[in-house]
Amino acid sequence: MSLDKTDIEKIAHLARLSIDENDIPDYTRDLSNIFNLVEELSSADTSDITPMAHPFDPHQRLREDVVKESNQRELFQSVAPKTDAGVYLVPQVIE
Amino acid sequence: MHNKSLSELSASLHNGEFSSVELTQHYLDRINAHNDNLNAFITVCDDRALEQARAADERLQQKTAGVLTGIPLAHKDIFCTKGVLTSSASKMLSNFISPYDATVVEKINAAGMVTLGKTNMDEFAMGSSNETSFFGAVKNPWDTSRVPGGSSGGSAAAMAARLAPIATGTDTGGSIRQPASLCNLTGLKPTYGRISRYGMIAFASSLDQAGPMANNAEDAAFLMNEMAGFDERDSTSIEHDVPDYTATLNDSLKGLRIGLPKEFFGEGLDPKVAETVEAAVKVYESLGASVKEITLPNSNLAVPTYYVVAPAECSSNLSRMDGVRFGHRCDDPKDLEDLYKRSRGEGFGNEVKRRIMTGTYALSAGYYDAYYLKAQQCRRLISDDFKQAFNDVDVIMGPTAPTTAFPLGDKTDDPVAMYLADIYTISTNLAGLPGMSIPAGFVEGLPVGLQIIGNFFEEAKLLNVAHRYQQETDWHQQTPDAFK
Repeated sequence: MSLDKTDIEKIAHLARLSIDENDIPDYTRDLSNIFNLVEELSSADTSDITPMAHPFDPHQRLREDVVKESNQRELFQSVAPKTDAGVYLVPQVIE
Repeated sequence: MHNKSLSELSASLHNGEFSSVELTQHYLDRINAHNDNLNAFITVCDDRALEQARAADERLQQKTAGVLTGIPLAHKDIFCTKGVLTSSASKMLSNFISPYDATVVEKINAAGMVTLGKTNMDEFAMGSSNETSFFGAVKNPWDTSRVPGGSSGGSAAAMAARLAPIATGTDTGGSIRQPASLCNLTGLKPTYGRISRYGMIAFASSLDQAGPMANNAEDAAFLMNEMAGFDERDSTSIEHDVPDYTATLNDSLKGLRIGLPKEFFGEGLDPKVAETVEAAVKVYESLGASVKEITLPNSNLAVPTYYVVAPAECSSNLSRMDGVRFGHRCDDPKDLEDLYKRSRGEGFGNEVKRRIMTGTYALSAGYYDAYYLKAQQCRRLISDDFKQAFNDVDVIMGPTAPTTAFPLGDKTDDPVAMYLADIYTISTNLAGLPGMSIPAGFVEGLPVGLQIIGNFFEEAKLLNVAHRYQQETDWHQQTPDAFK
């Protein structure tokens, strides 16, 4: 498995990660090595094997729909980079 | 004071030999003396710790104290701690003062324990050497030119240097057991779902599990009594009775059936580590256990399976770090996409970016079946191997790590070589089983860990098996000369 510069740029975009142009060769090499390691899985016969997502294959627990948490907006927004009047501020999205 | 077990500390606090304030100050002094050298703590909670200690002393005087009230502890910086920096060793969260407590922190506070500080770790728990931390590498107290292991390397170094009497850690692929092995500690990764993940910053949610890092099995059992239990705020928490983990520590091991997987003793294992582990197994035979070779035929799939499953889950979990509601935000974003990309690009270190990209690729259109689905199928094969093995044996033993602590910088340029440091620990996370590492001896002055793996919810059995060995040996009592 060998990834190239275009692959790395595409993956970084999908992951919404800016990466330094100078680091691309290292990421290309490292991710190719990681996927070479992962290739070992192709030697395993997994026909008819049910995928395992979780150790206990659990079902989603249901609970009564009752209010338990109090409103702590100010506390939670105290760690936000930018807020105004209770909303989170980001660069303008709609013209 | 710093060479006492938790039960000895508890007795001294209860009979008034010393106060929690005195004990806490003793540990804070040790941290202040040694942390510059080891870098084990990201945050030291001086004033807050003394405040908690004063409250504990009041409970002790009023006779409302529990067994752990007034005993100090260090939390891995992955546990959200209200009012305290909780960084997960990332630049991304280097300004994150948690507005709430993790369930583990809440329970330990309720027990009256004193939080000394938050320990260093690999960034977002991604690493096996504690070298990916934004706050710098942690050094191994047994040899400060070497790594303490990771990702719970700060907790491990703090414990080994006697800067805390007990600590918390988390284990996604070996992050409690491998540093315990490299630093001569007793570390327990419980069954998946045994301890609440609420407020524990998520790395790979189907694998992450918290546990104690201790000087001995009895101490670990005391902390397990506080940490374990169902939590409705964690959707994968398991409703299963919590025993008193200290009650069965002394049970006889006569008739215990031990399995040694031949795959854990093959190529890649340092022969001297193998000899040390074999000698430990002999001690069990002298205690009446029987030993047989077993096979876990799909062991070779564990590392590659993990490096699909864990990055896939991390790429999803870490998407919440977007520079909007908390954490690092880049300067002057020109639009929303620029804000996301630069905040994340600046906030994450290289290993975290590698894993996010690995996971993103494995989950991307056209590759999902070949990687993620295939890895989940291999995960089932690995899990079924253990089910088969536990038909014939009670516990499985082997090395925790293939080598002793390696030099700082040794594997930082080769991610795949670093990933192989967890070759014997990863499969238990994939299966969801409990596993332990206990001190089993030394090779050239560096500690070696014996790994003990149990069936689901058999933490009490593991602690019993560990404790009986610690009655026969004194490896766990060894302390590095510089930190006695």
